[in-house]
This record gives sequence, structure tokens and C-alpha cells, in this order.
Amino acid sequence: MTAVAAPSVASLVQSVDWTAIAPPTIAAVVALVVLVADLFVGENRKAVLGWTSVAGLAAATLSLVPLIGARRSTFCLHNAPYDACSYTADRFTLVIQFLVLAGALVTALLSISSLKDARNHRNGARPYPEGEFWFLLLSSAAGAALLPASRDLATLVVALEVASLPAFALVGLKRGDRRSSDAALKFFLSSVTATAVTLLGVSFVYASTGTLHLTRVATGLTHVDGQLHTLTQAGVALTLVGFAFKTAAVPFHFWVPDTYVGAPLPVAAYLSVIGKAVGFSGLILVTVIAFPSYADVWGPALAALAALTMTVGNVAALRQQATRAYSAVRLLAWSSVGQAGYLLVPIAAAAYSDDPQKSVGSTLAYALMYAAVNLGAFAVAALVARTKPLNRLSDYRGLYASRPFAALVLGFFLLCLAGLPPGIIGLFAKVTVFSAAVDAGLGWLAVVMAVNVVIALYYYLQWTATLFRAREGESTGKAQVADRFCGPLTTAVAATAVIGVALSGAPQVVLRFASTGLF
Amino acid sequence: MIDISESVMQLLLALIVVGPLIGAVAALLPAPPGLKGKSPDQAVLRHGVTVTGAVLVAAIVLALGFDHGHPSRMQATTDISWIPALGVRIHLGIDGISLPLLVLTALLTFLCALYSYFKMPKGPSPKAFVALILVLESGTLATFAVLDLLLFFLAFEMVLIPMYFLIARWGGEQRARAAWKFILFTLLGSVVMLLGLLLIGLKSGTFDMMALATDNGRGLSTSVQVIAVLAIGIGLAVKAPMWPLHSWLPDAHTAAPTVGSVLLAGVLLKMGTYGFVRILLPIAPDGMRTFAPYLAAFAVVGIIYGSLACLNLAKQGAKGDLKRLIAYSSVGHMGFVLLGIATMSPTGVNGALFANIAHGLITGLLFFLVGALKDRTGTSDLDTLSEQSGMALYGKAPRLGGLLAFGAVASLGLPGLAGFWGEMLALFGAFKPAGDLSRPAFLVFMSIAAVGTLLTAAYMLIVVRRVCMGPSTPEAPRLADVRGYEFAAWTPLVALTVLAGLWPAALLGLTNPAVQKLLAGGMK
Repeated sequence: MTAVAAPSVASLVQSVDWTAIAPPTIAAVVALVVLVADLFVGENRKAVLGWTSVAGLAAATLSLVPLIGARRSTFCLHNAPYDACSYTADRFTLVIQFLVLAGALVTALLSISSLKDARNHRNGARPYPEGEFWFLLLSSAAGAALLPASRDLATLVVALEVASLPAFALVGLKRGDRRSSDAALKFFLSSVTATAVTLLGVSFVYASTGTLHLTRVATGLTHVDGQLHTLTQAGVALTLVGFAFKTAAVPFHFWVPDTYVGAPLPVAAYLSVIGKAVGFSGLILVTVIAFPSYADVWGPALAALAALTMTVGNVAALRQQATRAYSAVRLLAWSSVGQAGYLLVPIAAAAYSDDPQKSVGSTLAYALMYAAVNLGAFAVAALVARTKPLNRLSDYRGLYASRPFAALVLGFFLLCLAGLPPGIIGLFAKVTVFSAAVDAGLGWLAVVMAVNVVIALYYYLQWTATLFRAREGESTGKAQVADRFCGPLTTAVAATAVIGVALSGAPQVVLRFASTGLF
Repeated sequence: MIDISESVMQLLLALIVVGPLIGAVAALLPAPPGLKGKSPDQAVLRHGVTVTGAVLVAAIVLALGFDHGHPSRMQATTDISWIPALGVRIHLGIDGISLPLLVLTALLTFLCALYSYFKMPKGPSPKAFVALILVLESGTLATFAVLDLLLFFLAFEMVLIPMYFLIARWGGEQRARAAWKFILFTLLGSVVMLLGLLLIGLKSGTFDMMALATDNGRGLSTSVQVIAVLAIGIGLAVKAPMWPLHSWLPDAHTAAPTVGSVLLAGVLLKMGTYGFVRILLPIAPDGMRTFAPYLAAFAVVGIIYGSLACLNLAKQGAKGDLKRLIAYSSVGHMGFVLLGIATMSPTGVNGALFANIAHGLITGLLFFLVGALKDRTGTSDLDTLSEQSGMALYGKAPRLGGLLAFGAVASLGLPGLAGFWGEMLALFGAFKPAGDLSRPAFLVFMSIAAVGTLLTAAYMLIVVRRVCMGPSTPEAPRLADVRGYEFAAWTPLVALTVLAGLWPAALLGLTNPAVQKLLAGGMK
């Protein structure tokens, strides 16, 4: 968070608006606190670290409250001939920060229970280094919270890295698990390549405009030297790559299924929601704020990307075999690729629309719905994984008989993802995305999406139907010994379910972002 | 008929739509003390009867309070903003077109709940069954009561999940496949429909059906209307169902439990045809005019195809399933409804709406009867039932046989019963379609459809001959005749069939002014 290209010494001494930067800062500070505290906390009291992290994330989420309604900027250049800020807390920022921090909070709740189970399972031998786990989770959340507030390309890339680097470690953290390390390596290598490409793009853009501030870039791009035109175009296109990678857009998606399966379940949930939020908020910032004059470059690119992403994701999800190990997580992984496609549709539509802010608002609305519902689905998957560690789709057969609440809630989440009543919020979120596409004249994309929605309905419904089917060959009266009540996990499931149901009753709460200005 | 203040009417309509939903949630909760009944199962089934009964009473009161002097006016209207971001409003209201369908839905669901109370279909717990029936009712009633395009879509989709589970969990053989086919066909159609609805909403700037109908398509260019009618029409045609998109229907009906079949044929199919009348006719008249001849052609093919399929199933040795046969007859009957709509003339549309109601009553009754027959004999296979020379139901269970014969002749359109008027008016409409449609084409359609009525008569009489008649042998086991609860569930349907047949003006008086206004533009 440095003021880039500071013109004079005087501007190095800045007044910092601490309230504005509180959300990512609190997360980062708590991360350090947990890392240090890990050294002093006894082996059997490691749970304290988890609860500290949860409290920290809750505090960070609450620190968003005083920022509501105002637009605050900090790390600004005042002495320059123009005003440009590196950090802005506007409506867009707050919404994404809320999504990230609340999502991380739910992830933390899931992690508490899975860490505890892992501890009990191995008779005290810790499969996860807990202090490091919490440190990495919080750091990544801090980076993800910083990203939507960044208003210059350097901060944006730094935030992207802060959000991603701990995530690699989180994926590979499971000690003695080869699949986990494989996944981490795959994730790491592909992500580093993507970020490098983005940096190259940023440098091209910098070369042609001479500034890194997004608003300055936007004005700079309108009168680029004719000789640099191709360079700029390449820069614009390459900058998108790193963010597209984080959203898991095709063709940058191949890491997803193996990484999700290899990672601990809460981390997979984290990547599927917060990882994507990082990607698409970065995309929105660079496309809508920095490169509006190059809409003819990124618009078609993103539209094609969206169409490809949803088709590949949904078709792959459709082909999952129910009896294969981890097929439930695999299905969620592929479906999240498909959902990423829907998230990209309004951003692509922003290129063609008269009011790009309104279009990207649809992405925000959809993302909020998706975050609640997908985290909920992962939470139920985590619940099921406690008794059925293989997490196959066929393990969900007859879930209604053994855990009616979990089955009903999972059914609701899946129908939300599918966009079918009673998942009303899912339906209307899809409607806003559709309308963004139709409004921008991207009729073909709307039709592709419609086909995809039907494909997705097929596998979501099949899973839902499985929940209520009678169990095969097993005595229903069998007591489940390993199944103990787990507070944090139940809280996570209940919280996401309550959010989902409340949003279904009052969709306006999230859909209003699709009709108002964001920046 | 009776004077009820507008605010009470509003409350009644809101209650009718939301009541079943609350009832569905309540059905899943444990019964409160004092209402536990003999067993949890009995208590929840009774709960279903109570809720659907209350909704029926509310619907009847609403019908009584309805201003019959001005059936073209939207009454009991509620208009609350729900999602300003999308411009979605909770806009409810009824007029002469929706009121009969609303009452029919409430009636059929109540009769189904009553029937299930005594004769629960085989399957898992009745708790979920009752909850699903209530959600289904709420979705259907909402479809007929809402006046907002997106809300209409929501209500339209709401019935899918309950119906899917009703077929997949409480159905007969091949139920899983049939349920899948049902839901996939309908979903494919409805996603396309959503795009059409969005196109209309975004191009005209409002999703409000009243405003759009008043506009009468003036705010939409012809090309937009054509695309929208094509997209929405496909979604509605799948539901209706229109040939060649009907193939989910016979499977779904054959596999569904009796109650599911009754509701599917009685009310769910009507949602499709209602959409044509309520949305496409007034909102996109130009687009509708473009497609009307095609719609009529498909409808007529459906009439002939349905009848021929039935004739084939009714043949000796064809292993025809009675439920499947009635399902195919539905394709034929709905063909008449679609033909009436395609004429775009007041006569034709009135006929379509009348045939809608008549089909709901008669086919509902027929599915009840066949279900009862299947319960008693264990099969609905026509060959097994009638063996070589006929089943002689008249001898074995005279009342059941009589009712079946009654249902059959009502279905073939005997004058004096409900089935007659709708189809006759639809044919009349085709004789003189709206001014700018090709009359010769419609005359051809009319004459082909008339052949269809003959074919319908043929297969229905064959069914009666094979099932009801036959040599009665004294040693043949007698079947249980109509039981008390069956009598209770079927009498209203019989009575209304006769009433609608003898006094069609009661229904046409409601629909006609509304249809006139609808076609002329404006629904105020």
C-alpha cells in the first residue's frame, strides 16, 4: 500500500484514514497475533487460536459498519496535478469486503471443527500445524479484503499475491498427505504463471500510459500513441489473465478439481468463494474502471471466456460418477467453474452496456447469493464427511432419513445454485444476470447460459433427489457412533441457511446492487 | 353476489396464495398437542384436508364476493413492490378468466387431499406428501393470481419440485424415469420462456401484466414480439402440452399416483394454456398473429394424434394402459384448447377457457376412477382388465361402472355435459377466426378437428364397452363398489360437469367480457 510514484518527499508523510483501512488491517494484525501466540500456547489448548481467529474475522466484518454510506479514500496523491488514491472504500469495496470477511468467518467455523476432528482422529498427533493454518487463512483473507479497495495496479497485484500465496500453503498443509502436496504444487505453478502474465500486462499498460492509478490509466488510455496501440491492447488482454485464473475461468481452470479434492474441505470452500471473489472483483476493477476505452478488446474476450467457462464446468460436473471417491467435492468443484461463468457474464455485458456499473452490479448480487449458498453446501459436505470421509455422491443417498435438517438445507442450497424454487434467491440472481446480458444485446450469451442452466439443473436435481431416496441395503436403525454434535459446524450450516432463506424472502437486499451505482 | 369490501377480498386472495405455503411448513413440524389425532400419519393427512378445505372455502367466498357485473375488471388486487431492483411487484388480482381456474384448483386439491386421507398412496411418510401437495397448490394458485411476469415465472416453476417428488416417490412402475422426463421437459421449456419474458420486460420497461396488456403490444416492435412469442410459447406449449412437445405427459401420468395424475391433468396443464391467454394474446398480439396458424396446425395434429394413439391403446391385444389412454386423450383435449386460443377470436378463446375447466373436471374424475379401478384390481392394463369379452364392471360394481361411463361420455363431448361447449366453441372460433388470420386455413383445421371429435367418441365408447360391459357371470368375484369417501370426492366433479353442461352461461358470462377486453387491449 504505497503511494506509487510519489512526486515529493512531503507527500510521503501521509495522513492515513485508519477507519477506512480497518477491515483488511484487523485481519492482518490478528494473523500476526495468532502466529506469535502459537509459540506460547500449549499443545492441548490450540483451540484458542481458532477462536481468536474467528473473533478477529468477526471484528473485521463489524469494522465495515462505520464505513457504510460514505465514500472514503486514503493513500492519495494530493500534490500531484491530479487527485488519485490507492485505497478507496466505496460501496463496491464494502460489498466485496463483506463477502470476503463473512465468507472467511464461515470458513473459519468449518475449519475449527475439521481441525478438532483431525486432532481426535489421530490420537493427539496433529495432522495440521494449527498456528500456521490460522495465520495463512487470515493473511489470505486480509489480501482478499484489500483487493477490492485497491485503486492502482501495483496494489492490485500485491493484494492478489497476498490473497493467493497463503492459499497455496493452505492447500498443501495436510502433513503426510501426498494428494494434498500434489494439489498445492499444481495450484502454485499455474497460479504463479498467471500472475507473471498479469505483471507483464501491467507493465505494458504502464509503458503506454505512464501511470498505475486506475482512474489515470482510464484517461491515459483514451489517447495512446498510435505506435503503442498494439502494445496497449496486449497489455489490456494480459492483465486480465491473472484475475481470470483466480475466478477459475476456462482455460485457466484445470487446477480446480484436483486442488479442491486435495485441499482440506474448508479450504476448498474458501477457494471456491473467496478465491473467486478476488478474481472477479479484480476483473471488474481493471475492466470497468481502468480500461473502459478498450471495451472492444476485453468485452468479446470475457464473453467468450464466460461461455466457455460455464459450458466446460457444467458438462464436466454432469459427467461425475456418483460412486467415485470424493465425487461430491469434485462435483462442487466443477459446478463452481460453471458458476464462475455466470459471474463473468455481466462483466462481459458491461463492455456493451450504456451503464456498466449496473451490469457489474449483477455480478455482485450473484456473487453474494453464490457465496452464502456454496459455503452452505460445503458446510453440509463437511458435516457428511465426518462420518463418510470418502464423500462420494452415493454417500448422500438417504441423508434425509438420518439427518433430516442437513438434507433439507443441502437440498435448498442445491436448488438455489440451480435457480429453481424454493431457491428463490438463486432464481432471481440468475434473472439479473440474464437481464444484464439481454440488456447489453448479448442475446447469444443469454441463450448459451440458458442451455447451461438446464445442464446444471440436471446434476443439481439429481443430487437433491438422491438425498431423499431410501438408503440401500443398510439397516436404518444403525446408530452412528462417530456422529457427535459439533457446534461451529452446525452454526455455519444454520447461518448460511438462514441467510439463504432470508434472501429468498427479500431478494432486494442483494439485488439492489444491480440497480444502483457502485463506485 | 354478496358484497364484500375490497380490502377483505385482497386479504382472501393473499390467503389463498400464501395459506397453502404456511400449511406446508406446518405439515413438516410436529403436530401441536390437541391435534395429534390417532397417529402422526393420520394427523398430518387431516391437516392437509383442513388446509385445502380452508383454501377452498376462501376461494368460494372470493367467488361469491366477486363483482359478477364487471368480470372484466381486475378485482381483489394487491400491488406491493417486492424487488425494486428488477421491477418485480407482488401484484395479485383476479378477473373472469382466472377466477374459474382458481376455484377449480382449490376444489381439485381439496378433493385430492380428502381422497388421500382415506387412501394414502403407497410410499414414504405422508408428512412429506401433504407438504408437497400444499406447495403444489400454492404454486398453481399463484400462477393464476399473479399479474407480474417474473412472479408468474416463479409460480410456474414452483410446482415442478413438488410434482417431481410426488411422481418419483409415490408413483408406480418406471416412476424415476417418468419423473425425470417430466421435469427435464418442463425445465427446458421454462428456461426458454424466461428469456422471452425478460425480453418483453426489458424492451418495454415493465414486467407488469396489466400495464403491458393495456399497452397491447404497442411498445414492442414486431420482431421483438415474434421472438418473445416463440420463446414464451415454447415454454407454455411444453406444459400445455402441445404436440410434438407432449411426450413427457403419458409417462408422467402413467407413473404418477392417482392424486398426482388428477392434479397434473386437472390444473397443471391449465397453467400452460392460461399463460397463452393471459400473457401472449394481449401483450404480444402481433407476434401471436404470426404464429397463430402454426399453433392451430400443431393443435389439430395433437387432436388427431391423441385420438389415434388412444384408439390404438384401446384395441384388443395392444396392452394399453388406461391411465396412459386418458393421458393421450388429454393431449387431444388440450389440442382443442390451443386451437381455440389460436383463432384469436372471442368465441374461440372463450371456448378454450371453457374447455380448460371442463377438461379439468372430467379428466380429474376419469383419473380418480381409473385409480380406484387400479386399486381394486391391481392393474390398469386394459387387456388384463377386460380379458376376452369385457370386464363387465356394470355387473361387478354397478356404480363405479356407471360413473366411468359417465366420465367417458362427458369426455367425448356429449351435448348437455361440460365437454361439449368448449370444443364446440373452439370449432366455431376456427370457423370464423380473427380478421387478419387466413380463414381457409382455419376452415381446414376446423374440419380436421371435427374428425378428431368422432375419433374421440370412437375410443371412449370402445373403452366403455370393454371395461363396463361384457357377459356377467355369477361366479365372477364382485368388486367393492364406490365407497363413501370416493363418493364424497367424486360427486362435486360429477355435479359440476352436469351444471357446466346445462348452464354454460354461468361460466361464459364470467369469461366473455374479460376475453373481449383482453383481445381489444387493456385489462382495466
